[in-house]
Amino acid sequence: MRLSKIKMALLLFAIINLSINTVYAQTDQDAIMMNKNLFCTGIVFGTSSWNKYWEGVNSRENLNLGTVSSNSLSVMGNYGVKDNLNILFNAPYISNKASAGVLHSISGVQDLSVWVKWMPIEKELKQGTFSLYLLGGASTPLSDYIVDYLPLSIGLKSNTFSGRLMLDYQINDFFITASETYTLRGNSTLERNAYFTNKLYLTNKVAMPAVNTINVRAGYRSYWLIAEALLTDTKTLGGFDITRNNMPFPSNEMNSTSVGVNFKYEIPKVAGLSLVSGGNHVIKGRNVGQSTAYYGGLFYILDFTRKRKTESNAQNTSTQSK
Amino acid sequence: MHKTLQLNQNSMQKIYRYFTFIIIAATLFACSKQVESRTDNLPALQPSNANLNAGEWKTILLKRLDTFAVATPIAVTHVNYVAELNEIKGLQKNLTNNQNDNIKYWAAGGVLRWNETMRELVAKYNLPPYENADGTYPIPSAANPFAYPLFPFANPPYAARAYAYISAAQYDALVACWHYKKLYNRPAPSITDAAIVAKAGATPLPSYPSEAAVIAGVTAEMMKLFFPTEIGAIEQKAKLHQDAAIMSGAATRSDIVAGEALGRQIAQVFIARGRTDNAGKAVGTPADWANFETTTIAKGEIPWISQDKPKRPGMLPLFGNVVPFLFDTATSRALIPPPPPSTSSDKMKQELAEVYSYTKNPTLKNQQLVLFWGDGVGTYTPPGHWNAIAAEDFIKLNLSEVKWARNLALLNMSLMDAGIVCWKTKYTYYNPRPSQLDPRIKTLTGLPNFPAYISGHSTFSGAAASILGYLVPNRAAAYTQMANDASKSRLIGGLHFRADCEVGLQVGAQVGQYAINKAKIDGAN
Repeated sequence: MRLSKIKMALLLFAIINLSINTVYAQTDQDAIMMNKNLFCTGIVFGTSSWNKYWEGVNSRENLNLGTVSSNSLSVMGNYGVKDNLNILFNAPYISNKASAGVLHSISGVQDLSVWVKWMPIEKELKQGTFSLYLLGGASTPLSDYIVDYLPLSIGLKSNTFSGRLMLDYQINDFFITASETYTLRGNSTLERNAYFTNKLYLTNKVAMPAVNTINVRAGYRSYWLIAEALLTDTKTLGGFDITRNNMPFPSNEMNSTSVGVNFKYEIPKVAGLSLVSGGNHVIKGRNVGQSTAYYGGLFYILDFTRKRKTESNAQNTSTQSK
Repeated sequence: MHKTLQLNQNSMQKIYRYFTFIIIAATLFACSKQVESRTDNLPALQPSNANLNAGEWKTILLKRLDTFAVATPIAVTHVNYVAELNEIKGLQKNLTNNQNDNIKYWAAGGVLRWNETMRELVAKYNLPPYENADGTYPIPSAANPFAYPLFPFANPPYAARAYAYISAAQYDALVACWHYKKLYNRPAPSITDAAIVAKAGATPLPSYPSEAAVIAGVTAEMMKLFFPTEIGAIEQKAKLHQDAAIMSGAATRSDIVAGEALGRQIAQVFIARGRTDNAGKAVGTPADWANFETTTIAKGEIPWISQDKPKRPGMLPLFGNVVPFLFDTATSRALIPPPPPSTSSDKMKQELAEVYSYTKNPTLKNQQLVLFWGDGVGTYTPPGHWNAIAAEDFIKLNLSEVKWARNLALLNMSLMDAGIVCWKTKYTYYNPRPSQLDPRIKTLTGLPNFPAYISGHSTFSGAAASILGYLVPNRAAAYTQMANDASKSRLIGGLHFRADCEVGLQVGAQVGQYAINKAKIDGAN
């Protein structure tokens, strides 16, 4: 839905897995558009941890890792190119460590992700409003971080491209949003030049299987407050299981089902300033950590409409008329 | 309030354009090509020297080349041999894509392909057993290989020994093969019958017995000892190797049968040695394990303590008692270096501070070097890494199969014997790891579960660089550089003290010298 002339903030979607151990704070999973010439930006702090993970489908602890925790600080933004066309980005700094064992902690700037979000359809349907979104996203590593150091690596160091179909239906202040995302992942490059998956490869390149994600969220959505519950199911379309007592590997079949909640609160006294927070927990997985994650963040909307009043006057008028 | 959009023609065009963009961007940006190994598409091996006289080369264990008799082959004019040629011609008429791929795969070299297979199995089995509920660890059992923990745990000493035995057995078997080839001098099928195509390249080498079958036979038989749960897969692979030899026109069925029998018989000589070389006792007993600690304390030194949780007995503590290939046990004892700096010495404090300085805020370059040479859990180990380095250089040299086997045997005997001396040293001094003495020290790759002095990576690498530098002189400087890098990676990775690395390289080089001395007089130069 579009909150016309209303300042909005960003919601988070968290993918947590064994390898990344962090909150991928994104603004691309919600059915909300920024109006034209508005730029919403903010920072989000996330923390997640696990002390159990799935080795294949078997849940286990690892006394040589103890609790693996991940902290992240992300810079995010969402710019309204048009009322129904937004561009979003996210760039996290991540720091991972294990509470036991002797492995060194790892931190660094991870991947830049950029999304183009387009709402071609928005129409009245019965008592509510139905809208359809198409999104294209891409991500690329921002730094030359090490990948072959799972589960403490900060990322999988692969270029990705995602396509998403998202549907939203809102009646009064209640909504439901469902989306499906297909992510193609380019080859990852290891620091070593040979590896074993279910056979020996004499190369540093690792073929990364595609990933399919289904996300369903529902709850209350008004100008001042958004409160929603969400379910996320992520499935790697290929890959292999971690063998008994082996280390995880970038092209493992990493699957997870998580549940969570998100909140966004618009601060009344400062126009354009909002707070976000939330959390989630993995309830079922394969080759991933059973993580619990929390996040909190602050967003502010910059309005470029006023500054460019003259040249965009006509467009403003049309926006306001909606 | 809400603008209602119709899906008009304009919108449809937009959607179309949008998806076109997606497809183009996806192709350019996240292009996930099929990953290929460096040796996937090698040309057929065309030896620059067929080594027709390799039957005269000095063998490793085989006392006489005619210990295992190979019967005189039937004449090439014999009706039964003509039938064997017809078998090849029939097969070559109807080769499937899979069969052609199989021919191409093995044409790159049987010794190479089996070496890769060995490395693959080592990587697959290089997994430390998971702990029992009571905090002890199960020990893989050759007598019960399919029960968890699977046998073997192909850790570096185990792997070094497996590579050495299999390479050495291949070498002796091929020397015997070459002996009989020259003795019987049966020409290759494509020479006898022009209708047979030499799909893996023509060779002046007599075809009886088939070198492919000798390699397949000796290797499959050896693997039974080292990877008992893989026998089924290995026998299938051996059959594919032999099929490739027949279908490529390199050998007839009687060449194969004779070769396979010879290979399997010669393997028994090595298996018999392997069963009595003390490796079976390398795990030791709880009494042995306790003894290392008390002996070290009695000397006034801090003993090594496992940093695995729960505490795991050190890896193969009695591997140092394995009978070496290149020298006798007395010599292997003499190669043990002097003790490391005392754990209470200023020198040790300095070295500890140095390790901490590297690991406190590691550079990306250091992290990458440590991971490149990590060769830890789930990999083909440092000896496997050196096999990969060697193999990729040998490919460029167009060696005959027997020369390939000879070079790899020298390399792998060096690696195994380096492992023996290194392990004896480790459990003689039982010296702690840096992270044991200073808990601030965190490692940049997995911490091995055995004492520090001397570094296994360094000893293996010193030995490998030494013998490889002799075998491929124009690469000697590169091997030395690689060995230094491998060694240094353990210091900057927080796994070893400087002394562990420097002395390890020296001891390794000394072991390698024994292989060089052997190589100088084996007749293969």
